[in-house]
Amino acid sequence: MASIAEAAPKPPNALAGALKEAALAAGVAGALALPLIGFHLVDVTGGVSVESRLSWVVYAMLAVFAGRFLLAITRRPAAASGHRDARRSASGKRNARLVGLVILAAVLVLPFLPFSNRYVLDTAITVLIYVMLGWGLNVVVGLAGLLDLGYVAFYAVGAYSYALLALYLQFGFWECLPLAGILAATFGVLLGFPVLRLRGDYLAIVTLGFGEMIRIVLLNWQDFTRGPNGIDSIPRPSFFGLPFREEPPEGGTSFHQFFGLEYAPEHRIVFLFYLILALALVTNWATLRLRRLPIGRAWEALREDEIACRSLGINPTNTKLSAFAIGAMFGGFAGAFFATRQGFISPESFTFMESAVILAIVVLGGMGSQLGVVVAAAFFIVLPELAREFAQFRMLLFGLAMVLIMLWRPQGLISGREPSIRLGRPADG
Amino acid sequence: MEYFLQQLINGLTLGGIYALIAIGYTMVYGIIGMINFAHGEVYMIGAFIAVIAFTALGLLGLTWVPLSLAIVLMLAIGFTAIYGWSIERVAYRPLRSAPRLAPLISAIGMSILLQNYVQVLQGAKIKTLPPMIEGGLTLMQVEGFSVRLSYLQIIILLLTVSLMAAFSVVIARTPLGRAQRACEQDRRMASLLGVDVDRTISLTFVMGAGLAAVAGVFVTLYYGVIDFFIGFLAGLKAFTAAVLGGIGSLAGAMLGGLLIGLIEAFWAGYFTVEYKDLAVFAILVIVLIFRPTGLLGQPEVEKV
Amino acid sequence: MGALLQVEHLTMRFGGLVAVDDVSFAAADREITAVIGPNGAGKTTLFNCLTGFYKPTVGRLALRRPEGEFFLERMEGFRIAREAKVARTFQNIRLFPHMTTLENLMVAQHNPLMRASGMSLLGLFAWPGYRRAERAAVERARYWLAKVDLLAQADDEAGALPYGAQRRLEIARAMCTEPCLLCLDEPAAGLNPRESAELNDLLRLIRDEHRIAILLIEHDMSVVMQISDRVVVLDYGRKIADGSPAQVRNDAAVIRAYLGEDEDAALPEEVARDLQAGH
Repeated sequence: MASIAEAAPKPPNALAGALKEAALAAGVAGALALPLIGFHLVDVTGGVSVESRLSWVVYAMLAVFAGRFLLAITRRPAAASGHRDARRSASGKRNARLVGLVILAAVLVLPFLPFSNRYVLDTAITVLIYVMLGWGLNVVVGLAGLLDLGYVAFYAVGAYSYALLALYLQFGFWECLPLAGILAATFGVLLGFPVLRLRGDYLAIVTLGFGEMIRIVLLNWQDFTRGPNGIDSIPRPSFFGLPFREEPPEGGTSFHQFFGLEYAPEHRIVFLFYLILALALVTNWATLRLRRLPIGRAWEALREDEIACRSLGINPTNTKLSAFAIGAMFGGFAGAFFATRQGFISPESFTFMESAVILAIVVLGGMGSQLGVVVAAAFFIVLPELAREFAQFRMLLFGLAMVLIMLWRPQGLISGREPSIRLGRPADG
Repeated sequence: MEYFLQQLINGLTLGGIYALIAIGYTMVYGIIGMINFAHGEVYMIGAFIAVIAFTALGLLGLTWVPLSLAIVLMLAIGFTAIYGWSIERVAYRPLRSAPRLAPLISAIGMSILLQNYVQVLQGAKIKTLPPMIEGGLTLMQVEGFSVRLSYLQIIILLLTVSLMAAFSVVIARTPLGRAQRACEQDRRMASLLGVDVDRTISLTFVMGAGLAAVAGVFVTLYYGVIDFFIGFLAGLKAFTAAVLGGIGSLAGAMLGGLLIGLIEAFWAGYFTVEYKDLAVFAILVIVLIFRPTGLLGQPEVEKV
Repeated sequence: MGALLQVEHLTMRFGGLVAVDDVSFAAADREITAVIGPNGAGKTTLFNCLTGFYKPTVGRLALRRPEGEFFLERMEGFRIAREAKVARTFQNIRLFPHMTTLENLMVAQHNPLMRASGMSLLGLFAWPGYRRAERAAVERARYWLAKVDLLAQADDEAGALPYGAQRRLEIARAMCTEPCLLCLDEPAAGLNPRESAELNDLLRLIRDEHRIAILLIEHDMSVVMQISDRVVVLDYGRKIADGSPAQVRNDAAVIRAYLGEDEDAALPEEVARDLQAGH
């Protein structure tokens, strides 16, 4: 790996330059730290008081000085690192399919691995929900190039569709799953129709606003949605009609009786795991297929050049709307699953933060890359889990990671696109 | 009528604060075409510095309000500006030639980072500040209902208007403003003509942060309560204001800010407090449907 | 042959600026009609009105096809391409740069493919009818790739192609929409002489074998004079001449427009050569 540029000794003034840069950075860090680290508000009766901890400022400055100095003396020439990136992404593309299959195989047997327990499965289910959401949002952002900052709205619509249908009409999960998708898609069309003419960033803020609007309605329409208290005792899914309960309902059979098993609460977790895995794989299959159909190519073409699309007779509004609706539909499915898995939902679960995380998963994964979404989702869900010990620093580290990863790989983890069709090898060949 | 007048005053005050934050969004958007998601957090930091500084000055025994207000404003503007500068330098500048979404994600990350940074350092509980500028004018008194214009509201309105006027002059008349407008139009050409693009962009962030800090100081004084999460909703509304007015347009940000403040105040006054945020976004959507580039935005000429 | 396109009293104003001023002309079916004129004469504006990117202030743009009559000034841009079958290229090439050459041509066949895929539902499950349609679309793309000499680059990113190849690809893409009128906005701009000559052959092929009318904006007189059946000259938004290449070449108003008001000025040699290039 060592190139000539790296092996060559630094010119003598490089050290001085690095020291100067480090000193500057430390100075700025000091100014940043002084008001917020150097002083802190303490709650006292009847208000707040302020205490100083100026030594912390000094530590912060020293840390920044050391960090900046190390960065300055170890930074490699930009050209070399660019080259390395190009090579890695080329080989990454070749191996993507293989890696995907290995991951799939590992995930399929996960519940039977020795280390697998309830906690591991729960985390895996959460990761899979975000994988599914990422794949759904990828249609909108990655393929069609529409910046949607309110994707969580469709997730919420799906979750509340199921919860409310179960609450008021006693619908079961399997009837609600398609309905949740359809309702979310309908919301997507209703929102999209007036606003999809808007230019990128205007669209972003309107979608963000829409996400907030849904949340505000859920919070305040107390008679219908039960407001901030949320909806509890949402029915758990059954195994195609067989409930996961120790005591079967009157005249019915439970899952463990039907299969002659000992009752175990893990059955339901394992079932939920395979359910979300199946839903995610359906999402993956459908989005990959759609990409190779005329509609998918039109999405990508719209992302590239809307004017050229119009000159070729493509209706931009309908095409964007279809991307929005399909993305929303998968969000709705994931929402219904989320509701049945948690058994309880409240507007708390559908904040802007969720939209941001899903979008970050798509962008970090490398827009349009299915495998990238998996890796990014795993990272963003598992990282906070690992950081659980640092309880209060968790979200801080999360935000920091988002920034650092974007700086490290602005193109996303897996960049580069695969053509949807090749000459002499049609998509179905 | 009296109630209307009171809501008008409240709405204008609130709108002035939103406008101050919105200017930061609109300038940054104008010059580098990105939504600076962390700008709401910059405002929140300004508010925290204000509470810390007021409390510290109180402990030092400085109680003459005009002086302490001046000192706090200077400290808040100065330190917050450094935050604005650092955010750009660390999280956005390296991504200037990256794909469009990369700086946006970086900005969202920065926003999460700053929120939790303040939470960790200053605690999650709300911080209160005793009222410092009390009293006001009673404009009207009819049947037990009085229309009041507090001194604080007067200060906020006057300061907002004069800052906006000063900014308009800076953008229109000074070399810095000229450099900013040049960078907005064509960054590469501007740099070829000798405009220091990095410096201009940095200064834009510094100015935006300074204005956000002023907003932070006055929100602290106005409501007397802040927490580490106030940046999110205020930022969202200020950005909405910038878009409503036509993003990239300074006058648009001011108009949008005032409109958002008024909509909120009137909605809360006449309809329901709970749905005031809904009204703000609903009106944004409606305006954008009929004027896709905002109220004062230049309609984009489609180059074919 | 009858007029395919009838432009009547077309006027386009932008605020106070009159970009196209009361222009009328006709373009015959299966002929190449060139629109020439100095920079800023309103040629591209005329195209943008024709293809629905601008709504003309005044005027009628009637397209008469056996299937019926279309009034382009009333139609949305994408419908002009989809229903009236007018295809165009752009002065600043507008390909889908990150998609492959072949994909660019597949996008051009979006509407028939979309119908064949049953609005994607049948296509999702690889319905045989859709697969047939897709194969046919690939064959059409292959035909045009061969014609523009890009078969070997079929799976390359369109944005990475050399400039001349991008120009050819854009024409191939427009042809894949099966148009009845092809509007080309400066197709020879930036091409070297050899590439220009190849372009001439391609345009002749489109006219003679595919029997498609071409409307051409061009500065390169060697292209205009050699292949046009008719030339329309615009200057400051007005039509100043209209006729066969030979007529236009000798038109006093045209020479004035290109060379300025001074009629005594001798033609600079290279301009004279360009104007005579058809011989």
